[in-house]
Amino acid sequence: MTINRGETLIKVEDVHKIFGELHALNGVSNEIKKGEVVVVVGPSGSGKSTFLRSLNLLEVPSRGHIYFEGVDITDKNVDINKHRQKMGMVFQHFNLFPHKTILQNITLAPIKLLGKSKEEAEACGMKLLERVGLEAKANAYPSQLSGGQKQRIAIVRALAMEPDVMLFDEPTSALDPEMVGEVLELMKQLAKEGMTMVVVTHEMGFAKEVASRVIFVDEGQIKEEGTPEEFFEHPKDPRLQEFLSKIL
Amino acid sequence: MLQTLQDRFVTNFIADDRWKYILEGLGVTLRVTFFAVLIGIVIGFMVAVVRSTYDRTGKLKILNLFCKLYLTVIRGTPVVVQLLIIYFVIFGSSDISKTLVAVMAFGLNSGAYVAEIFRSGIMSIDNGQFEAGRSLGFNYVQTMLHIIMPQAFKNVLPALGNEFIVLLKETSVSGYIALQDLTKAGDIIRSRTYDAFMPLIAVALIYLAMVLIFTKLVNMLERRLRSSDH
Repeated sequence: MTINRGETLIKVEDVHKIFGELHALNGVSNEIKKGEVVVVVGPSGSGKSTFLRSLNLLEVPSRGHIYFEGVDITDKNVDINKHRQKMGMVFQHFNLFPHKTILQNITLAPIKLLGKSKEEAEACGMKLLERVGLEAKANAYPSQLSGGQKQRIAIVRALAMEPDVMLFDEPTSALDPEMVGEVLELMKQLAKEGMTMVVVTHEMGFAKEVASRVIFVDEGQIKEEGTPEEFFEHPKDPRLQEFLSKIL
Repeated sequence: MLQTLQDRFVTNFIADDRWKYILEGLGVTLRVTFFAVLIGIVIGFMVAVVRSTYDRTGKLKILNLFCKLYLTVIRGTPVVVQLLIIYFVIFGSSDISKTLVAVMAFGLNSGAYVAEIFRSGIMSIDNGQFEAGRSLGFNYVQTMLHIIMPQAFKNVLPALGNEFIVLLKETSVSGYIALQDLTKAGDIIRSRTYDAFMPLIAVALIYLAMVLIFTKLVNMLERRLRSSDH
């Protein structure tokens, strides 16, 4: 099923997530359209990461449904692994595979999951590495890279699966300040090329510049959403006003 | 002095081809150790996967219970007693090769220790590695196989090497079921020549040499696997 730009790619329907006593998500509904860059912000512990991680079912919702490309992936009979191949994810702590070289990190999933030949996968991998200017590191190991380089490789590793959406879970939070720029720059490029992105971040500059929509999550609920202009210039929710006054 | 030493050597090892006891005993010890190690790895691997799958996902509850029972019983009783029970109780009425019994007993015993070593290795891998694998679309087994296990194996290699050294030496109790392993061979010579020093020291030196060689091999493998750490 092909989904055109502007049509719904992910639909979240009344999702709850309960960890023991904690109601991390309390009835979240939203639609993410193809080509959108959705930035999710909120105070720590608000449930924004849980929301993002539930999109590819790294957190299985306690209640509610998530539809990806029209398929209810919360349905027990759905092969979630197939759908995850189409949803790239980038983590705060990179999570590169330390026992594999950079190129192997990138080619592992395309070879094992998409059935690409080693040569084909490596050719694709090298092209992606050239794009981020790290082709010289192809045979290095993750431990030899800086944080910014690691995160760019993590993005490339996800891109190698040719995903329909990219999920970013605080991709710059673990980086030294001088390395944040190179990662954001790559994300901006992706956005410009029309990649659908959902980004949990504290980088308000990125949100203002790149987001097509900003979502404010607090106490497990979406309290406000809107274009960056509305969101930052005329926030309505008192919690959001308080939040913005603290960080801007 | 030198002359007497030489005479004792001849009596203990050359006369009546007594060196053959040592050689055959060594063969038995190596065979038992080798196959016990294989069994230990297979059992240990499976038990570790069941246990850590249960710890991580809550699945395989019944299997996990069996594994825990196995670990408790094996680790809670001496290996000699296990060997005797397998030989005299379980196979008491059947005519079964003693080597086979020893392989089973030591393999079963080692499996319990290897399982806990593997499990600690799996648990030592950051959960982010697991999530990275799953987020790419690998299923649970593929993630284990391609991402978790290779790293876990590298982390536990020293402990695993140590376990096999212990196992090699533990087979020296095989004499309890009258299996003529290396230790028993030395003991047989001692009972023939009434000389304890020569045969027992020789046996000890052979064990020591094997342990040293094995340690060296493990170190080499470790160095090779460490090539990704800089």
